[in-house]
Formats: sequence, C-alpha cells, structure tokens
Amino acid sequence: MSLQCTAHKQPNTLKKAFTCAFPQTVPIFAGFLFLGMTYGIYMHVSGFSFWYPMLMSLTIFAGSVEFVAVSLLLGAFRPIQALAVTLMLNARHLFYGISMLDRYRGTGIKKIYLIFGMCDESFSINYTAEIPEDVDRGWFMFFVTLLDHLYWFAGATLGGICGSFLHFNTEGLDFVMTAMFAVIFMEQWTKEKRHWDSLIGLGASFACLLIFGAERFMIPSMLTILALLTLLRDTLGKGGETV
Amino acid sequence: MTFTRQIITIGMVILGTVLTRFLPFLIFPAGKPTPAYIQYLGKVLPAAVFGMLVVYCLKNVSVFTGSHAIPELLALAVVVLLHRWKRQMLLSIAGGTVCYMLLVQFIF
Repeated sequence: MSLQCTAHKQPNTLKKAFTCAFPQTVPIFAGFLFLGMTYGIYMHVSGFSFWYPMLMSLTIFAGSVEFVAVSLLLGAFRPIQALAVTLMLNARHLFYGISMLDRYRGTGIKKIYLIFGMCDESFSINYTAEIPEDVDRGWFMFFVTLLDHLYWFAGATLGGICGSFLHFNTEGLDFVMTAMFAVIFMEQWTKEKRHWDSLIGLGASFACLLIFGAERFMIPSMLTILALLTLLRDTLGKGGETV
Repeated sequence: MTFTRQIITIGMVILGTVLTRFLPFLIFPAGKPTPAYIQYLGKVLPAAVFGMLVVYCLKNVSVFTGSHAIPELLALAVVVLLHRWKRQMLLSIAGGTVCYMLLVQFIF
C-alpha cells in the first residue's frame, strides 16, 4: 500500500504501531461510521432501542449479517435458520482465515481478538499493508482491527440513538467501501507477476452474479473460485506469482 | 418474539460468525505444519477474494434500470485513474467517493 508510515524513533511500541495503523483505517472510519449509522437507524425504525445496535455491533461485528439479523429478529423464532443464514453469508471468512494462517502467527493472546474482528475491511488492510520492520506486526494488526471495531460500534450506536434527528445528505457515501476495495484490488494487481488469481476472482464472481442474482451468488462464486484455483494449481503454484 | 428468543437468535448469529472466522485456525493450528494445498490456497486466494469483494460491493447495481450503472462506472474510473497517477490510497478513495456523491446527488 502506498501509505507511508510516519512513525519515527518513538520509544513506545504501542504508540508506534498505533501511529502506523491509524492512517490505514481512515477510509474505513468514513465508511463504517456511515454504514454503522445506517444500520443503527434501520434498527431504530424497525422498533428496537439503541441497546440492540450498540451491543450487536460489538458482539457480531459483521456488517451484512447484522442487517439480516434485523429481519431474523422481526420474523418467527427459527434459531437453526438464523445459524444457517449466518454461516452462508459469512462463509467468505473461511477464505480470509486460510489466507491469514501465517500472518496472524506469533501474535500471542492478541490472535484471538484478531480472528474475532476479522471483517472484510480489517482482513484487507492487515493482508495488504506493508508494515515497516521497526513496527510491531501484532500490535499494528491489533490496532487496525480495534479501530475498525470502534468505528462500526460508534456508527451503529449513534444511528440507534439519534438517527431519526439527523438530516444531512450523505447519499452515495457508501461508495467509499467500493472505492477502497477497488484500490486494494489494484495494489494486489501490481504485486502479481501474472494476474490469473485476480481475474478468476473478478470473473467468477461476476459470472455467478449474472447467473444466480445478487442475493445468492456468493456461495457459487466461492465454489467456482476454489475449483478454478484447484484446477490451476500446477500452473499457479509454481514460482511465486503473488507476493 | 420474547426477549429470551431474541437473545437466542442473536446468539446464533454470533456463533455462526465466530465459527466462520475461527474454523481455519482451529483446523490448521500454528503448532502443526499446514498441508501444502492449504498453503497454496493461502497464497492465491487473497487476490481472488479482492476481486470478489469489488463485485460484492457492486452487486445491487443494475445496468438496465435507474441510472444504468453510469455513476458507478464513472466513479470507479476516477478511482483507477487517480490511483495510477498518484498512487495515494486515501486520495484515490476520497476522489472516487466525492465524485460518486456529486453524481448521484446532483446529476442522476
């Protein structure tokens, strides 16, 4: 990532890691505050007190599923269905976990929180960020995750408390997340020698979106990606084409 | 739904989320060597996942109705051009987002 860390010769490991982590999370600050507030407002207009978005943003910390949880809470009591829906929507975390097996290694007790807070955004930053040698990797990733968590929590709580009083035109602000993933995609692209992995991800997901529709394309996309990457293992596995 | 049932439903969502996040780490613990196939996946999956996330963000955009995906395509073009020009992550993201907000609020 092109952001350079400006932490110089600070004696404190924590302070250094924080100073390095914070700038990386600024786009997420904008995106999560906005999306979190949208979620809080949505819960508010669905008849829930602010305690719900506040505590759910802390304990679940997975954006799309929290929106779905609202309709689960409004419908009939079906706990197994709630579990099944969550597993399907969040299955992509399995891919993040496999990618982070090495990176989260050796981070001590912090590892539990790093895994707990591994949303799309904290995964993307923690996977792509170029952490300087003199910055503690574990604390850097911890602060990225913690800040993301705090932004989401603050947004959801604010939305739940005062969402109905706020009237400023934020239409289109949610594009900040799309823009962030597009930039991360480009950064990954420049690191590759060959672009098969990126193209497979983009192409398979797009094809599945056209075939299966917006509501149910994620699982087919993941299976297609997995199948193609497995078939191409002999080609892609040789010579580190990804950094 | 009673309060207890709400707690159980929320608990199920928490359980499902935690399971998907912890499962790979439980199956392939740090102490044991990770199978070569999983190591390979760990190397090639991220690039594919970032492509998937871009599509995921744009999943509700329709080419046939509304503004025909024009604001999204224009704003993405701004992101790509800014990033190729300056390669400043925050600038590319902010530029594309401001462009998108102006487009959907004033033009489309």
